[in-house]
Amino acid sequence: MRHIISILLENEAGALSRVSGLFSARGYNIESLTVAPTEDASLSRMTIVTSGSGDVIEQITKQLNKLVEVVKVVDLFEAPHIERELMLIKVRAGAKERDDMKRMSDIFRGRIIDVSEDTFTIELTGTGQKLDAFIEALGRTAILETARTGASGISRGQRVLRI
Amino acid sequence: MELSGAEILIKCLQAEKVEYVFGYPGGAVLFIYDELFKQNKVKHVLVRHEQGATHAADGYSRSSRKVGVALVTSGPGVTNAVTGIATAYMDSIPMVIISGQVPTHAIGLDAFQECDAVGITRPCVKHNFLVKDVKDLAITMKKAFYLATTGRPGPVLVDIPKDVTVAKCKFEYPETISMRSYNPVIKGHPGQIKKAAQLLIEAKRPMIYAGGGVILSDAAPQLTKLVRMLGFPCTNTLMGLGGFPATDKHFVGMLGMHGTYEANMAMQHCDVLVAIGARFDDRVIGDPAHFGQVPRKIIHIDIDPSSISKRVKVDVPIVGHVPDVLDDLIKLIEAGKQRPEPKAISAWWAQIDLWKTKDCLRYDRKSKIIKPQFVLEKLYEITKGDAFITSDVGQHQMWAAQFYKFDKPRRWINSGGLGTMGFGLPAAMGAQMANPGATVACVTGEASFQMCIQELSTCKQYRLPIKVVNLNNRYMGMVRQWQQFFHGNRYSESYMDALPDFVKLAESYGHVGMRIEKPADVEPALKEAFKRTDELVFMDFMTDQTENVYPMVGGGKGLTEMILAEEL
Repeated sequence: MRHIISILLENEAGALSRVSGLFSARGYNIESLTVAPTEDASLSRMTIVTSGSGDVIEQITKQLNKLVEVVKVVDLFEAPHIERELMLIKVRAGAKERDDMKRMSDIFRGRIIDVSEDTFTIELTGTGQKLDAFIEALGRTAILETARTGASGISRGQRVLRI
Repeated sequence: MELSGAEILIKCLQAEKVEYVFGYPGGAVLFIYDELFKQNKVKHVLVRHEQGATHAADGYSRSSRKVGVALVTSGPGVTNAVTGIATAYMDSIPMVIISGQVPTHAIGLDAFQECDAVGITRPCVKHNFLVKDVKDLAITMKKAFYLATTGRPGPVLVDIPKDVTVAKCKFEYPETISMRSYNPVIKGHPGQIKKAAQLLIEAKRPMIYAGGGVILSDAAPQLTKLVRMLGFPCTNTLMGLGGFPATDKHFVGMLGMHGTYEANMAMQHCDVLVAIGARFDDRVIGDPAHFGQVPRKIIHIDIDPSSISKRVKVDVPIVGHVPDVLDDLIKLIEAGKQRPEPKAISAWWAQIDLWKTKDCLRYDRKSKIIKPQFVLEKLYEITKGDAFITSDVGQHQMWAAQFYKFDKPRRWINSGGLGTMGFGLPAAMGAQMANPGATVACVTGEASFQMCIQELSTCKQYRLPIKVVNLNNRYMGMVRQWQQFFHGNRYSESYMDALPDFVKLAESYGHVGMRIEKPADVEPALKEAFKRTDELVFMDFMTDQTENVYPMVGGGKGLTEMILAEEL
C-alpha cells in the first residue's frame, strides 16, 4: 500500500544521503522524495512517498527513527491528510493549438506562467493523480518537457509535525 | 590559549580516558601522530594493517566494556579499516574510529589518498562525521563517544581533514551532551512489563532466549537472577554466550544453526518465549515461517525498536535498556504472590531432559586422528574455563562456542554478525591489552588465520602472550562442510594448498611454534603452551579433515530440521 512519510531532520550535509542510503540498502521503495528547510532553518522536512505492507512501513519508520539526524517521523496515512504536488509543464502552443491549450489549462486550474511563440509553460498543483490526468489529457505529442516536484503532504486539523 | 586540532584531538581522547589507540600512521594524520608522540597518557599500538587496528579496538572493547579507538590515515587507511568497522557494526560494538582526510580545500578533487570516508562507511557505522572546522572538533569527539556508547552501541567514525589538525582554536571539552534528535530509551514501559510478568507466571513451557544485548548492556547478573528465580530453561545465542553461566543446570546450550538439539527443540515448542537483547536472526531461528508454525507468546526486550518485530512478530514488545527492564521485571514478580505452576514446569524439564539424551554434541573419542572437539574440551579444562577466547570464523568458531563453557560475560569474543575471517588474532591483541595478565587464547583455523597473520609481528612488539589454537584441517572447513552436504561433495576451491609451516612461521616472528599430530599429545602440548605465560605460542593441531559441525540446520530450513551426526 502507498504511504506518505514525513520526516523532520537536522538540516546538515549528508542527512539526505543517510535517508536515501537506508532505503536502497534495505530494499525499500521510493516513489518520490522531496526535501527543503523548514521555518526553523536548522531543520529540514522530507516527504517520502513509498509503498509496502504494514510490516514494511513499520520497519521503515523504525529504521528512520534510528538515524541519528532524524528528529521526528510520521506516517501521514495514519490520519486524514492533504497531499499536493507541483508540476511545471512546457507544451506545444503554436497558433493552431493555442486556444485549446489555454482551455485545457483552465479546466485543470493550471496557470500559464511563461509564453513564447510556440510554447506555453503551465504551472499545475494537485495530487499526483490529477497531474497524471492532465498529462494524459494533453497527449504525449503536445508535451515538450515536464518537471514534477514529487508529493508533499501535511496532516489535516490540529495534528502537527514539529519539535 | 589556542590549541591545534591535533592537540585538541589528543586532549579529547585523554578526557575520555582512552588508554589505547590502535592505529597506523600516514600522510593525513601526521600532525596527530606528532601530538601522540609528545604525550604519554594515550598509548598507541602500531598494528600491521588497518583491519587489524579496527579488530583490535573491537576486541579491546568487547573484553573490557570500554570504547575501542582506532586511528587510520585517509584513502587506503580507511578502506582497509572498513571490514573491521562493519564487523563492529553488525555486533553493536562501541568504537570510535578517527580517520585522516585530505585538506578541506582538496576534498572532491581526487587528491592523493583521498576517498569519501564518510560516504564509504555510512552504511556500516552508527553515525559518522566530517569535521570541516577545528571549532567543531571537540564537540564532535564528545558526540562520537556519546553515540558509540549509549542506546544500541556501535562504531562512530570521525573524519578529520589534515588542515583541521593544524588550525587552532580555544579548547573546551563539554562535560555532558544532549542531542535533540537522539534520545535512547532506558526504562521499559511499566504496562508492558506487567503483561510480560503475567505471561511468564502463566507459562507452561517457557523459554528464555538471550543474545548479545545482554553482554553489551552488562545484564548477565539480572538475567541469571531471573532464570534461577523462575527455574526456566535458558539458551544463549552465539553472541550471548557467557550472558548466562553455561555450567548452570538451567542452561540448555547455544541455539541456532549449530545449536544443541535440546535448545532448538525447546525454542520451537515453548509456549512463552522471552527474547532478551536478541534479534531472531537467520542463523538463530532459521526459516521464520517454519518457526511461526507453533503458536507461542513472545516477549521481546531490546533497546532497539527496529529489532523488534523485524523477522518475527512479537506479542509484548518492551523497548528499554536490558538491565533496567529486567530489574523492573524481577521486582514485579518478586512483589507478587503468583509463581509459575511447578507441575507444568517440571513436565517441561522432563521433555527437555529427554531431548538432551540425543547427546547431540558427541563425537568419536577413540579416533586416531585429532578431533577438533577434543582440543576444545581440553582447552576448556586446562584454562579452567576462565580464559578470554577469541575466534575466527568457520567450523572452529562453532566448536569453540559448543565446547567451551562460558560462565562469565565478555570472555567469548567472535564476529557473529558479519562473520569476518581474520578477526581472531587482532581481537585477541585487544583483549590482552585490556586484560594484562589474563589468559587469552585465539581459536582459529589455518584459512582464517592467514587473513590477518601479519599481526603476529604486533604481538611480538607489544609482548602479547596470546595462545593460538590452530585447528588445521587443510580445508576451509565450513565451506567444505556445506559443499559435502549441499553441493554433492564437490570441494570447489576449499582446499588450502601450499600452506606455510606454521611452526617455522611463528618462530620467524620470534614466537614459539608447536605442531601436534596425535590425540595423546594434545593435552601435554596445551599444558606446556599455557605454562609459557610470557610468550605467544602458536599450536598447530593437525585435525581430522572430514569432521563436521553437528547439529546443523541447513540454510533457510526450519529450526528443528536438524542434521545430526547419526543421520549421515
